[in-house]
Amino acid sequence: MKYFYYSGCSLEGTALEYDISTRAVMQALGVELIELDDWTCCGASAAEAVSELLSMVLPARNLALAARMDQDCDFVIPCSACYLNLRKVDEHLDRDEGLREKINAVLQEEELSYKGGIKSRHLLDVLATDIGAEMIKAKVNRKLSGLRIAPYYGCQALRPYGGYDDPEEPRCMEPLIEALGAEVHPWPMGAKCCGAGLMTTKKEIALELTGELLKAAKGADCIATVCPMCQMNLDSYQKKVSQVKGEDLRISVLYLPQLIGMAFGLNAEALKLDLNMAYTDSLRTKLKN
Amino acid sequence: MSEETRELSEGHAEEDLMAAIRENIKACMQCGTCTGSCGSAYAMDFTPRQMWRMVQLGMVDEIFNSRTFSLCSSCYYCTLRCPRGLPLTESIHGLKQLAVAKGVAEKKGARFYQTFLDTVRRYGRVREMELMARYFIAMKSPVLPLSFTPLGMKLMMKGKVSPEMPQFFRPGKLDGIFRKVKELEARS
Repeated sequence: MKYFYYSGCSLEGTALEYDISTRAVMQALGVELIELDDWTCCGASAAEAVSELLSMVLPARNLALAARMDQDCDFVIPCSACYLNLRKVDEHLDRDEGLREKINAVLQEEELSYKGGIKSRHLLDVLATDIGAEMIKAKVNRKLSGLRIAPYYGCQALRPYGGYDDPEEPRCMEPLIEALGAEVHPWPMGAKCCGAGLMTTKKEIALELTGELLKAAKGADCIATVCPMCQMNLDSYQKKVSQVKGEDLRISVLYLPQLIGMAFGLNAEALKLDLNMAYTDSLRTKLKN
Repeated sequence: MSEETRELSEGHAEEDLMAAIRENIKACMQCGTCTGSCGSAYAMDFTPRQMWRMVQLGMVDEIFNSRTFSLCSSCYYCTLRCPRGLPLTESIHGLKQLAVAKGVAEKKGARFYQTFLDTVRRYGRVREMELMARYFIAMKSPVLPLSFTPLGMKLMMKGKVSPEMPQFFRPGKLDGIFRKVKELEARS
């Protein structure tokens, strides 16, 4: 199994532990990740708010870099916003010939071109669909017994494109969590919005949305995430959210590959657990025993 | 914000963009599923359903004087559930583009987006620390940085963001692409 790997900008900075744990878990599973040396930003949610064409060209540039490498494989993308943006290109190319021409006219500036056809897939899709619970279970040598994990999917991993799970009531993380020997925390919030970029521009709303999520996670030991933006909104503002909501809402929030890596017996350094903003002492103690 | 990025957003044919959004929303039957699905609706002055009616009626000033479209977090619930299958989230992106182009988006959102894209043009990738520093400068608010200070400190202590020297005087990594996009958008 091999994939083009598009880590995206967040995974070089605030979500470094997501990048490192993803690579570690993929290596343990024998999955090859092909790097694109010269990759650039996908435009995040900024390009689409300023220019339609730019929001297509920025992700398309990365697809064009992959197309040039002449390898027959899909992209695997851990960040939900990057995933949405890269996938958007092919969704639009198929129904808009004029757009295809415009994108390629711009890419020509860097002597690149993209005809379409490379599949962009979310890391969660690859873990749940291609790799699957059985293959993950076979690698588990340190079960996460007694751990109750709330699966959090967020928005853009599922909507508008998804296709590998129900966009309103996703379930695909559950067999993976069970494969690790952990228990699923049942909650109705898996596909609800964390507020995303509103945490920067309209903080009071994002704090409200995040607060509802953290409240519903009570009773779980940990929330599992698959997006750097969701992760940051859930783990970095817990003190503030607790103030706003008037109750203690602190809880561990870890990336799904970090939890998988723990069950594979990888150590804290290999999974960069020291970089997490919300990895509580109670969870640490529980994992030690 | 650099001239390059500002001009990029001004290059739009504003009327065409508004016409395209109206065309997208033409079949809206005002059922309100979008409003019922929106996590931010509680904080809006007009609900999403009301805003789409305003789009149908061409009430441009009212739309851009309201904060409704700027509160969209792109969760795509409305798009998923719209019984008419209308591209609602995409149309909100169109309204955000128009707000930037019209210069009516002198709000945090527009400044943030433009500062963001300018660091992308310059370096190809986002440098989070510099992005936030330049966003604070663009906002000219003495108190805004304070609300992010605790997080910034935590991130720095974890070694996740590092203060890097901005490189204002060398050509940007994606200058060519940004220039060409602007040129094509001015033509359309």
